[in-house]
Amino acid sequence: MKNKTGVLLGRLLRNILRSPDTIITVAITPIMMMLLFVYVFGGAIKTGTNNYVNYLLPGILLITIASGVAYTSLRLFNDVKSGLMARFFTMPIKRSSILWAHVFTSLVSNALTIVIVMLVAFLIGFRPSADLLDWLAVVGILGLFTIALTWLAVIPGLTAGSMEGATAYSYPLIFLPFISSAFVPTETMPKLVRVFAENQPVTSIVNAIRALLYEGTVGNSIWMALAWCVGIMIMAYIIASKVFKHQLG
Amino acid sequence: MSQIAISVKGLKKAFRDKEVLKGVDFEVRRGEIFALLGSNGAGKTTTVNILSTLMKPDSGEISICGFDVKLQPDHVRQNISLTGQFSALDGMLTGRENLMMIAKLRGVSSPAQVADQLLERFGLRDAANRRADKYSGGMKRRLDIAMSLLGNPAVIFLDEPSTGLDPEARTEIWNTIKELAGRGTTILLTTQYLEEAEHLADRVAILHGGRIITTGTLAELKQMFPPAKVEYVEKQPTLEEIFLAIISKKGEI
Repeated sequence: MKNKTGVLLGRLLRNILRSPDTIITVAITPIMMMLLFVYVFGGAIKTGTNNYVNYLLPGILLITIASGVAYTSLRLFNDVKSGLMARFFTMPIKRSSILWAHVFTSLVSNALTIVIVMLVAFLIGFRPSADLLDWLAVVGILGLFTIALTWLAVIPGLTAGSMEGATAYSYPLIFLPFISSAFVPTETMPKLVRVFAENQPVTSIVNAIRALLYEGTVGNSIWMALAWCVGIMIMAYIIASKVFKHQLG
Repeated sequence: MSQIAISVKGLKKAFRDKEVLKGVDFEVRRGEIFALLGSNGAGKTTTVNILSTLMKPDSGEISICGFDVKLQPDHVRQNISLTGQFSALDGMLTGRENLMMIAKLRGVSSPAQVADQLLERFGLRDAANRRADKYSGGMKRRLDIAMSLLGNPAVIFLDEPSTGLDPEARTEIWNTIKELAGRGTTILLTTQYLEEAEHLADRVAILHGGRIITTGTLAELKQMFPPAKVEYVEKQPTLEEIFLAIISKKGEI
């Protein structure tokens, strides 16, 4: 059965290799946003650090992933529309293999995009002080965040009636980092907004990544960050599996 | 081994309040081409989807090659293949890659060799390394059917195999289907074209109002329905015959 997931994964990766524009398109928006914030707004934002690229990058990475998973919805939507999904359903393949192949594909394509965004960040002054272990922890959190959002993306991918519908959900996800500690410290926000910002997943994930990259500690936020990622993942996985079963009529 | 490849008894299916199938019964023998004939919305696709394990029936007993569709779906899936209304292929992959993918998923022992044989047989050898989304409608359909043959399933479901094809491509597909049945594969096809059923099917069932209203060979149906009368009519070529004649002449030049 692992073998079959491998075949399905191979097919999807080939799709990505043949349309590298999907990776570049996903990378461009966060890169532009990063440049905009560093060179236009950044001078006026007081974060208490002198390296705004360092401050900004974790949030930018989350935005990258949030827009990257929309392609999972799109690929699933296309598979359903083209009838390829029906073909797989009527073959002796485990249903879960079909979805996991899409989730692994998302992990690979997002990793590629993240690397591109990080390279640009290095060029404009991103200077982490993390050691290997800290980096591994960062990779782990980003990986978990990607899997969680990908399972979320599976739901509209399977149910949407149109291509636009399949990807529309990703807009609120992309804007969530703006109402968090990703770009500015939450202390300056009005009470109500601040309460929301400090208690939504992006803030704890951003703070955890910052602690790992620049302070060499796991910080206080990491457990909250992990809890959010695992929680979203389990919830989305259960709903996606139910939707998948229901689709069989 | 039983001579019955597909057995359907009392099949019912409703979507919300709308009862689509109200007790469908029919049997298909091994190696037969069986056409399910009906107008749009008669429930042909719903029937095929249930028989191919894509949908669950509300009630009824359905078995494919002796396996119960509800209780042993995995055994059923080992024995069937579905070619839906749209060519179900990955347009980003080449024809050969599409075939290789399905061959590997079906556990075919030498996928590359089998893929090449099918490409040859379906006249796709020259297009083997081109991306499938660059194929013409007829080529896509041929690749689609070729993909359905991998792993030699005993039963093949063809849902409106010639919809959206030009007359030339349709003739090609018809020849392919006949050839398949000649090799012993059981074929259930749905169609809304009387001509298609007449051309291909050993037996025909007419699905209307949620039930099979009649089943039989073409000869039997002809005997039952409008009594034969003898008339003399000047035979005018149909537009299709004219089209095909012109095309084949062009081919000669």
